[in-house]
Amino acid sequence: MEGIVKGKVQQAIDQFAEKEVFVHLETTNGAYASHFDENAYNVGAFIRNAKVKYEHGKIVGTGGAFRVGLKLDLGWVYAEGVTDYEIDDQGRLLMAGHDREGRLMVALQISEKPFSHESVVQS
Amino acid sequence: MSSQEHVVVIYPHPDDESFGAAGTIASYREKGSPVTYLCGTLGEMGRNMGNPVFANRETLSSFRKEELLKACKALDVDVRMLGYRDKTLEFEQMDQVAGHIQSILEEIEPTLVITHYPGYAVHPDHNALGTAVIEAVSNIEDSHRPELWVQAIATNYEKELGEPDIRHDVKPYWDKKMAAIETHLSQASGMMSLIKEKPDFNENEELEHLRYERFYRWNFTN
Repeated sequence: MEGIVKGKVQQAIDQFAEKEVFVHLETTNGAYASHFDENAYNVGAFIRNAKVKYEHGKIVGTGGAFRVGLKLDLGWVYAEGVTDYEIDDQGRLLMAGHDREGRLMVALQISEKPFSHESVVQS
Repeated sequence: MSSQEHVVVIYPHPDDESFGAAGTIASYREKGSPVTYLCGTLGEMGRNMGNPVFANRETLSSFRKEELLKACKALDVDVRMLGYRDKTLEFEQMDQVAGHIQSILEEIEPTLVITHYPGYAVHPDHNALGTAVIEAVSNIEDSHRPELWVQAIATNYEKELGEPDIRHDVKPYWDKKMAAIETHLSQASGMMSLIKEKPDFNENEELEHLRYERFYRWNFTN
């Protein structure tokens, strides 16, 4: 991944508009937050492979961290704190926000095909 | 006894084995006892992406699978990946997971099984897999049932559970343990810095946690 280049990310968001796409949306502060700091809270959410179609989307922000909003027929997909992006070899738009130590705090990913982790083990 | 000894370690994530039990594992391997690691997931939802970042949500599983294989090579243990998804173990049907584990244990016929102590293992995956393992081992016929050690990691667990039955000083295997931890390149620096950032960080105490691997012997009559 590399630092957000707003124009490139906007272009990718535009390319997925008005198509059925799969979205991975996630935020986390880790499963150990309250273990390592008793005053912290463990908070996280993810939705993997939500099938949506958005009318349009935007990346907004100045400086290091950006917000992304996708306008759906009946609602929104929203992520805040996005710092890095990558258009991977499968043409998927991967966006994420990392902290100083490189830990993922938020992710928003858009793909025309369902996401499956690269290494999937069959049991 | 020792010639037929076989240890099976069951934790949910690549790196749990290195942080939690690498010294214990090394001590059994030194005696020539085979050790098998059943790794529940590939840790694909982890938030450590390397520092500097080299993985993303989609590629993390590949890095962690490689790291797992390297760690198991460093510790000279067999590994089997159980194929569950990181963060979701507690939502699986527990009897199915237990049955899956039981079938593998009946094939390997271990003399000792090591897992997490449910309710005292911090991460929901640790607690869930520990629960399934206890059920699996309980369901094995008496005459074939291995000994079961469970590991607690929650803060102050000793207050509730009392002193652990087994306390391994793994100092003789320290280099091996550190080498195993370091194979988990995407995770190790993040975990280590988390430990150091703790508001009440006490280096000696943290080193103690890594140096003394502690387990409770599970009592099946309860």
